[in-house]
Amino acid sequence: MNKTIKNIRTNILKLTYKAQSSHIGSCLSIVEILFTLYNKILKKKDRFILSKGHAALALYSTLYEKKLISLKTLNTFGSNKTILMNHVSHKVNGVEFSTGSLGHGLPIAVGKALKFKINKENNKVFVLLSDGEMNEGTTWESLLFASHHKLDNLSVIIDYNKIQSMDFVKKVINIEPLKSKLIAFGCNVDEVNGHNIISLTNALNKKNKNKPKIIIAHTIKGKGISFMENDNLWHYKNPTLDQLKLGLDEIKKKYA
Amino acid sequence: MRKLFIKELIKLNNNKKIYLIINDLGFSVIEPFKDKFPNRIFNAGVSEQNMMGMAAGIASEKCNVFVYSIANFSTFRCAEQIRNDIDYHNLPVTIVSVGSGVGYGNLGYTHHALQDYSLMRSFPNMLILSPGNNDELISILKYIKKNPQPSYLRLDKNEHKTIKPKKIIIKPGKFIKLINGNPKKIILTTGCVQDIARNNILKKYKNYSIYSMPLWGMKAKNFARQTIKKFKEIITVEDHFYDGGFGSWIKECINDTDIKTTIKSKYINSNVINEVGSNEYLLKKFGPR
Repeated sequence: MNKTIKNIRTNILKLTYKAQSSHIGSCLSIVEILFTLYNKILKKKDRFILSKGHAALALYSTLYEKKLISLKTLNTFGSNKTILMNHVSHKVNGVEFSTGSLGHGLPIAVGKALKFKINKENNKVFVLLSDGEMNEGTTWESLLFASHHKLDNLSVIIDYNKIQSMDFVKKVINIEPLKSKLIAFGCNVDEVNGHNIISLTNALNKKNKNKPKIIIAHTIKGKGISFMENDNLWHYKNPTLDQLKLGLDEIKKKYA
Repeated sequence: MRKLFIKELIKLNNNKKIYLIINDLGFSVIEPFKDKFPNRIFNAGVSEQNMMGMAAGIASEKCNVFVYSIANFSTFRCAEQIRNDIDYHNLPVTIVSVGSGVGYGNLGYTHHALQDYSLMRSFPNMLILSPGNNDELISILKYIKKNPQPSYLRLDKNEHKTIKPKKIIIKPGKFIKLINGNPKKIILTTGCVQDIARNNILKKYKNYSIYSMPLWGMKAKNFARQTIKKFKEIITVEDHFYDGGFGSWIKECINDTDIKTTIKSKYINSNVINEVGSNEYLLKKFGPR
């Protein structure tokens, strides 16, 4: 387990450096969530949509660990003619839907869940949102619809790392009290440590009836590399060579 | 055309793979579909962006989805969902808008479809389906069942009998002859302006042939160009603004080529936004002439 987590974080860091791309903080906060989904939860017939499409590299690195994309393909990240768009792309094997503009993933997931539910198909639908997406009108439109239609085959995970693009969530648009808002919208809501695989697995496996399930995953933006943690600089910046070395060293020690 | 659309959609849904989504409108129109397929119709409520995203989600599970609304609500309001979720993923969603041009008359500018072509034709995979009469509508629905793809079906509120009823073979970018006349000089319509073409435009352009092009879009330009070049003069007629409209599209088809066809455009004048009136009044004052 630790080895896979280490590999995913390592690839995120190395490829962000190589591609000189943004959003490393957003990628690092969802590593355990993706690991849990792909190793403990998702069955072949299930669907997963990464709504925070800017964290594409975290998903590509996870898909590589699941052998859904090759190392050769993974290493094309950031180069011309790659299929690995910096926002997640459905042209990549194992990716359900392209996103990148926020607030799109949940309506798509709701459409899929609705289709499965009314046809009595037992496929489950999972979608991972960012906390910034709580600003989007579509998020709340979709929740109204999902709860009205009792879409209990839908699980929404919110990567609550408390930092959106420009600043801390509470300074941009305060979304608290988040849990009670979501309950008021007719959802079953759990709060977990989003870096704890056992907690995530238990919450995702918990029986759910008549309501959509929401898991508020408390996470740390930039998790795993101390100088990147909890700092929105790493929504934009890519590491220098020295920072790459420091980061790789930290990951190696932490996830040995 | 609305009721005919529903009637034909019911006929096509023999495999129950067609889903109809509305956003809290369609009263006294959609009921026959609901009666026949209660599990295939959903009211998304007054939430167009979620509606369009959901439509993409359902369509991505190998279903054909029709989204039924009034033009601006199912286009501009959720333009990015159409762009990213439907068109980019090339999903079989047909966006159906009612009230083309100034069809909603006194309901005013918020309900008039005057820029919808310009938005919808900017999407690479989107096929515009703009029937000019009932027969074209029936053929279009059969075509889209056979060739499911991102598409925009633009309906008038009223029924439109065909000028020359016959079996119509349709194809994107194809010219369909309605009235025989001069073989080199033609009037070309899209949408429900065939009566205007025959009753008004033809008076000025005597003995011109009248053609219709109900299917067009970015992908159809090369095919349309092959026919455009056969004519000496084309007068386009549409119930839409000039900018981004059908006439502009026809002109774009031959821009940067050596084709010498003269193209003139008849359209709705943008000053229409400053007046309130019935469909007939607004068309008479600001419509194609």
